[in-house]
Amino acid sequence: MTTTPVETGRNFAALAGTDRVAGQLYTDPGIFEQELEKIFYRTWVWVAHESEIPEAGSFKMATIGRQPVIVNRDRKGNFNVLLNRCRHRGASVCEVPKGKANGFTCPYHSWSYSLEGQLRGIPYPEGYEGVVEKKDMPLQRLRVESYAGMIFASFNHDIEPLEDFLGDAKIWIDRFMKQGAGYPIKVQGEHRFRFDGNWKIQLENTTDGYHFPIVHRSWMASVDAETADMLSFMTDEKAVTHALGNGHSVAIMVPEHVDLAEDDGTEDLQERFGHIIEELSQTMPPEQVRRIVRSMHGAGFNLNLFPNVAMSMSFFRVLRPVSVNETEIQHLALGLEGGPESVNRERLRIHEHFQGPFGFGTPDDSEAWDRVQRGAYGNQEMPILVNRGLGREEITEEGWKTSHVTDESGMREAYAQWKRMMSND
Amino acid sequence: MTSPTTVAGLEAAGGLELGPGRLADPRVAKAIELVWHEATLLDAKEYEAWERLWTVDGKYIIPIDPETEDFETHLNMVYDDARMRRMRVTRLVEGYSMSAVAAARTARTISRFTVAELDEESVTLRSAQVLVGFKREKHLLLAADLTHRIRFTDAGALIDLKVVRLVNSDGAVTASGFLL
Repeated sequence: MTTTPVETGRNFAALAGTDRVAGQLYTDPGIFEQELEKIFYRTWVWVAHESEIPEAGSFKMATIGRQPVIVNRDRKGNFNVLLNRCRHRGASVCEVPKGKANGFTCPYHSWSYSLEGQLRGIPYPEGYEGVVEKKDMPLQRLRVESYAGMIFASFNHDIEPLEDFLGDAKIWIDRFMKQGAGYPIKVQGEHRFRFDGNWKIQLENTTDGYHFPIVHRSWMASVDAETADMLSFMTDEKAVTHALGNGHSVAIMVPEHVDLAEDDGTEDLQERFGHIIEELSQTMPPEQVRRIVRSMHGAGFNLNLFPNVAMSMSFFRVLRPVSVNETEIQHLALGLEGGPESVNRERLRIHEHFQGPFGFGTPDDSEAWDRVQRGAYGNQEMPILVNRGLGREEITEEGWKTSHVTDESGMREAYAQWKRMMSND
Repeated sequence: MTSPTTVAGLEAAGGLELGPGRLADPRVAKAIELVWHEATLLDAKEYEAWERLWTVDGKYIIPIDPETEDFETHLNMVYDDARMRRMRVTRLVEGYSMSAVAAARTARTISRFTVAELDEESVTLRSAQVLVGFKREKHLLLAADLTHRIRFTDAGALIDLKVVRLVNSDGAVTASGFLL
């Protein structure tokens, strides 16, 4: 065991075992501070989907850990992620959540920056003669890479390439995007809420098939029988979770919708979409209608990308750690760029039905997570169990640890990555 | 600055919409009474009685976009027709939703009424709502601008449209087991 460096404090990695973690992981503010430094400020963190910044000059604000950033697309079409902090006295240079701009000007003393972050103008520059060179004072730039429209940034310029970090998750990202049915995926809107609990509680939940029929019983009771049946995976042997490496995992809830491009024609289209089938059939061949309608609920799986984004059936779930016991969640509703209006509207209604602070699903998840946080303060030495399915876990030919979708293979994968990143070695 | 004295003047001033004197109109009084009755039922979590306050075509909307009137093509927090309202009420009362079972106690105040439209069949009211909730040692506060269209039918005054524009609609909104 190496000596614990002073600047990083205690070595918390030992608190995570392979099949259980200490309750302290949800409650200890010291652990939270280290997580920001060792995970959120060091790895790839999702910041945007390319459809959110569609044109030259489009930007959005985002936050990595506690640090405010601006994500934009410049005139060359490149994505930039800039620290939202003036080099002069630290004011944020942008407080518009989303929009279009030629650059960013600090409101305090009007230092102005380009989309790439270069310092362009300083008012009354004579006071800086021989003191400040503009070329030395750009906005801090993060490393930026994207895959299939998913834009990630990192404060760590020496980090491995994004594609290496994503690894086998790329296969699942590609499959996820097939719900566009030939159209590019676009973000159609977002719900945003907070819960009183640690960020890892949400991270775990994305691959937690076990909670679904219990926590979401009221949602299941409200949807049509076909949709409820589609999500009845508790005893479906083909519904599995794969651990994909680097903390990533995928939970397959609807095995027949893993690859939406594959259609043997035996699946009946859901009656609830009758009006859409009728409309699309007037202008589209039957195969295309089937492809769009079978994709209406999204891909048949939740892909969990460590540490902050999930591609969850038909939406993106983004988490942001606010404090040890507070987390902000965004649910971004997806649609088909240039696709039929009626399809995009229907997808919005499906999203509203489950997601958001007044949806039929989110409030119950949120309540469950609040309860985890409250309970975890009781005997913090007592472990949190993530051992479900350990006895039936197998390794696929791809090398993925795999168990049933109600098992906790995905959580074990996330905690293995947590342990690696939190280690002082 | 002198106060405008004509209806047109008031509209130009952007404040009182249809002008003074409207609150004394019996149709407006009836509409306000219904809005307050609705608030009482929601605070009491009498959702089945609340559901009976609506017209068949009534829409209940909590938008996200602060500007839009085109709710259909935007993502909302709530976009309910009668069918969705029915399912929502069932969810809230049947006991399977853990957030509804553990919902905050709430007290809401609705005031600052102005009359946006008024005719024989309906009244459209605008107002402000301040809701204070309490759950597990914490208070929560939700402020909103409301629009109610109240329709006078053979069955009495009914809600035909309710739009709740939360002041934090495009920020983080606490997930709730109650209704606004």
